[in-house]
Amino acid sequence: MSQNFSKDQICIVIGASHAGVNFAFSLRKEGWEGRIILFDKDPVFPYHRPPLSKAYLTSNDAIEKNLLKSAESYEKAGIELQLGITVSNIHEHDKCITLTNGTSYKYDQLVMAVGARPIIPPINGLDTANNVFALRTATDVEKIKQSLTQSTQKRVVVIGGGYIGLETAASLKKLGATVTVLEREARILARVTAPEMSDFFEKLHGDNEVSVLTNKNVIEVAHHKNINEVVCADGARYSADIIIVGVGIHVNLELAKQANLEIENGIKVDETAKAKEAIYAIGDCTFHYNPHYGRFIRLESVQNAVDQSKTAAAAICGKHPVYNSIPWFWSDQYDVKLQMVGLSTGYNKVLVRKEIGETTKFSIWYFKDQELLAVDAVNNAKAYVLGTKFIKNRNLIDQEKLVNPNAEFKALNLVQS
Amino acid sequence: MAKITFITTDKEAITLEASSGSVMQLAVDNDVPGIDGDCGGVCSCATCHVHVKPEHMEKTGEASEIENDMLELDDNVNEYSRLCCQLEVSDALDGLELQVAERD
Repeated sequence: MSQNFSKDQICIVIGASHAGVNFAFSLRKEGWEGRIILFDKDPVFPYHRPPLSKAYLTSNDAIEKNLLKSAESYEKAGIELQLGITVSNIHEHDKCITLTNGTSYKYDQLVMAVGARPIIPPINGLDTANNVFALRTATDVEKIKQSLTQSTQKRVVVIGGGYIGLETAASLKKLGATVTVLEREARILARVTAPEMSDFFEKLHGDNEVSVLTNKNVIEVAHHKNINEVVCADGARYSADIIIVGVGIHVNLELAKQANLEIENGIKVDETAKAKEAIYAIGDCTFHYNPHYGRFIRLESVQNAVDQSKTAAAAICGKHPVYNSIPWFWSDQYDVKLQMVGLSTGYNKVLVRKEIGETTKFSIWYFKDQELLAVDAVNNAKAYVLGTKFIKNRNLIDQEKLVNPNAEFKALNLVQS
Repeated sequence: MAKITFITTDKEAITLEASSGSVMQLAVDNDVPGIDGDCGGVCSCATCHVHVKPEHMEKTGEASEIENDMLELDDNVNEYSRLCCQLEVSDALDGLELQVAERD
């Protein structure tokens, strides 16, 4: 019997979100018979994160409706959950970890699913302002909800026009808030989408009476009689009962540094999610090679967390998997469903496919010369699945037919032989 | 309360009971093999594909446009295909039998 399957071995997982939890169950499925112990500093039973800024924020559902797995599932699979527990040290030479309470645990395999934390930018007065929230955990959402309930005027300023900021803006508007989004760049979603998509979402928010303002560099948060005033470089000032900060994340790298792991834009791992002997890293925290695009990337997504967790589990159980996924993402704002596949970085041409008689159903296709890199599909799952297939197969697309709404939207019709 | 039976790709029959929530959540909570529900039930990942027993199509109704679109290029799609995150558990589903679809 392979030593990987010994009952005496221990696999420790740091982080019990999408990556860590899926990894634990995959490891069991792959045949690991030893102990699996999951640690997370979040005391809440492991939950889906994407709904936090969407359905979970707008509904009164308990977090129990959004659990990744039921309590019975962990029990049945013999997965030990240690929640509300912080790992403070990794001693890689002794193959053990220490918790902040001083307890030590030996491991045979260690999996870092340590994720990331929201960036709180160094803006004067932000750290001492009232009712400032990031949105990464269920507890963050609880605090936002509570603070909104207690506020009479419900004026919300969202700093950052990325997906988290925009989704949160849409949800808070639905809850009756007056919402202003302040984006530093000349357009929202500037880092991740083409201008056509930024325009669409800016209009969508405008139509829903959320004020989205660009070229707004926040330089200070002033306090007047318990009210925050968000001050921009252009002199504009916005009163805020609540401030939401959505300007990106920092990977949690402290433990990785202790374990002397190679770090670039995240924890560097090979195609099996291995960082070094007996240590793997998965999910948002990894800087990993994507064979399709031929470069190292870091992704913040459920897809990456789930797929990498399966790869690491197979590798630990003696298989030789190669992580090779096309990234995909989604965002829900108001009644618009955005589905994205691929990575658009490096595109030099954008084509827009419209559908006859539809104003809120279209897709944006990113090309580098003839090569399709990525697709953003708005209320158009068909464009999303076609795009996925074309990117995977590296199909050559008939670009004229693609943008002709009268041309049938079918794989056979669009692929050039 | 509804009793729902999942037939796995290994031909194992798993019968579960629930009164609310999505059929996908019921399957995930009870570790039905082949139903992952990675996106949490927002019709974004197509990892909860089932085939409804033909004579039970009346209970579930047909797939919506987004379900059909998500499954358009799936080799295992047929007229009985549904993404079970889009099926809400109710008394109307009592006795329902679902075959977990093979993955591409």
